[in-house]
Amino acid sequence: MKKVLKGNEALAYAAKLARPGVVAAYPITPSTTFPEKISEFVANGELDAEFIPVESEHSAMSACIGAAATGVRTVTATASQGLALMHEVLFIASGMRLPIVLAIGNRALSAPINIWCDHQDTISQRDTGWLQFYAESNQEALDLMLIAFKVAEDKRVLLPAMVGIDAFVLTHTMEPVDVPEQGEVDDFLGEYRPEHAYLDPERPITQGSFGYPEHYMEFKYGQWLAMEKAKRVIDEVFEEFARRFGRKYSKISTFGVEDADVVLITMGSMSGTAREAIRKMREDGLKVGLIKLTVYRPFPKEEMVEAVKNAKVVCVLDRNVSFGFGGAVYGELAAVLNNLPERPKVYDFIIGLGGRDVTRDDIRTVAEMGLKAAKGESIPEINWVNVDKEAVEKSEGVMR
Amino acid sequence: MIDLNREKDMPWEERSLFGPGHRGCAGCPVPAIVRWVLRYVGPEAIAVSATGCLEVFSTPYPTTAWGVPWIHVAFENAAAVASGVERALRKLGRKGKVVAFVGDGGTYDIGLQALSGMLERGHNVMYVLYDNEAYMNTGIQRSGGTPRGAWTTTSPPGCERPLGKEEPKKPIVKIAAAHNIPYAATANIAYMADFKRKVQKAASIEGPTFLQVFSPCVPGWRMDPSNTVKIMKLAVETGIFVLYEVENGDWKNLKVTYRPRVFKPVEEYLKLQGRFRHVLKDPELLRTVQEDVDAQLRELGLK
Repeated sequence: MKKVLKGNEALAYAAKLARPGVVAAYPITPSTTFPEKISEFVANGELDAEFIPVESEHSAMSACIGAAATGVRTVTATASQGLALMHEVLFIASGMRLPIVLAIGNRALSAPINIWCDHQDTISQRDTGWLQFYAESNQEALDLMLIAFKVAEDKRVLLPAMVGIDAFVLTHTMEPVDVPEQGEVDDFLGEYRPEHAYLDPERPITQGSFGYPEHYMEFKYGQWLAMEKAKRVIDEVFEEFARRFGRKYSKISTFGVEDADVVLITMGSMSGTAREAIRKMREDGLKVGLIKLTVYRPFPKEEMVEAVKNAKVVCVLDRNVSFGFGGAVYGELAAVLNNLPERPKVYDFIIGLGGRDVTRDDIRTVAEMGLKAAKGESIPEINWVNVDKEAVEKSEGVMR
Repeated sequence: MIDLNREKDMPWEERSLFGPGHRGCAGCPVPAIVRWVLRYVGPEAIAVSATGCLEVFSTPYPTTAWGVPWIHVAFENAAAVASGVERALRKLGRKGKVVAFVGDGGTYDIGLQALSGMLERGHNVMYVLYDNEAYMNTGIQRSGGTPRGAWTTTSPPGCERPLGKEEPKKPIVKIAAAHNIPYAATANIAYMADFKRKVQKAASIEGPTFLQVFSPCVPGWRMDPSNTVKIMKLAVETGIFVLYEVENGDWKNLKVTYRPRVFKPVEEYLKLQGRFRHVLKDPELLRTVQEDVDAQLRELGLK
């Protein structure tokens, strides 16, 4: 059924359709309308779940871990500072192999405090052992949530998953969304019946025990393998989802990369802007292409290599920054390409932090720099886009 | 460790739900506290532990001392984890009494927020604080549960600060009871009849309950392992640890459940513990500790 939904509502509808047993959540901008919607569903009997209005995000994730370890499907949502507060227990959710699903309204981190979009919050959770999906639209938000449950709960995977949607650009923006029927989702997801994690007096087991050096690393290797296996499981689930619901996803989506001199890489809502900008550039005869990264963990190495192999230059648009290095996607892509005999040059563009708009003009600026590099001109390795460098350099001082 | 395959056909009363077999120190009362709490709660108990000595010494992978379902997640969140477990059980319609076992660090300090949230939301969770009055697992650092005058590695007595820990112990039962929970009590396994009644009472209540259980620590208190029970008794006989219970947050009608005929001087309790050695050498410091005990006894109407 078509509904006009805000991004958070799309996430909440997906959560409802998954029939979770427990939702424990704490409000934070821009994610707050998710727990609001869930508590509304519970209050009016549309969702038969236990909603726990906890006293912090740390407790939200902790309660989800307790519930998932007891044996129910579990979901929550947060953003930014809230996700950072959960950080400690995110490792534990994945280490205990609990397939919790976490919806994120991607938002900048303090300081200065800022409630608008960038990807710093989820990128900072890169190494927690969670699967990571990024949506471009509200339809993708709903679909990727359902897909996240299916992949996370697959017995070959059993890892938690987060689905990121851009603060306000998606969380608070209305779009038409096709909401599947409950029966269709029931058939797709099935009932959650864990064989590895349960708390039941009839079958006592110990969960979360102490691991000495002679065992710890094997646990971690198990998580590594699960993440590797998730690559294929994600493809299988994408295919099944397409068969059932008619919408086809892939870890990366490409646009005009085959003959492109310059390929841009984006995540989240700026992908649509980039596609529009590239369409115009193509009209102007500029050979520019796009890769949209939908799955960031596991990182789709093989697909990325294949998609950029014909390009002269790759420009990564990172809506995040690792201070003292550069953007995360840039660093990872450069590493993936490093052992190839022939490879494109890779440049980084830090863009759109703290909700600064990413416009078609910005995209064009990036692409034109890439085209210069493709012609052999020298451009900086790391570039900050649309920032008042002069003012900052005057105040901070720069060492030349 | 328990061989569940061998024991599973035995009636539960004949089984130990905790151990035998764990890596706790000689003289540590925590295993006995856990064993007897589980015995009185019964095999429907589902245990949640915070990070701490108990979790470390009872679950070295791939072994476990637990004969009931058990989960540990982290240090500060046992009450939040317990909240999730309890609601999931309710959703599944599965029987089970959630019992949290948490030390003083995880209760007075880093876990206080999660505890408060759990109590306020009214979860059906029995929260058992085993109070050894410092961060013992990390090597004896002061916590909000450390009494005034105690030596710890982060409250060492010195010429500028002769008392050691200068701040009084947080009134944790008062804090828990102030959430108007159905039942909060102190308990001590050296007073087994009282302990049993309180555990059974807490277990019978549908809702949040809180037990502060006194728990000497051999290395942390600088005590002889053979003196555990003696020290537990002296704590009550000197009035530094009073056995009482509070229902529905009604602090005014708090009930003292065991009252010694006369209170011994606190010195009797202190002198078996190296952590108070500096206090015993200085009459003024000793007076400070005795005054804290007297103030507590006055507040509880015992003096």
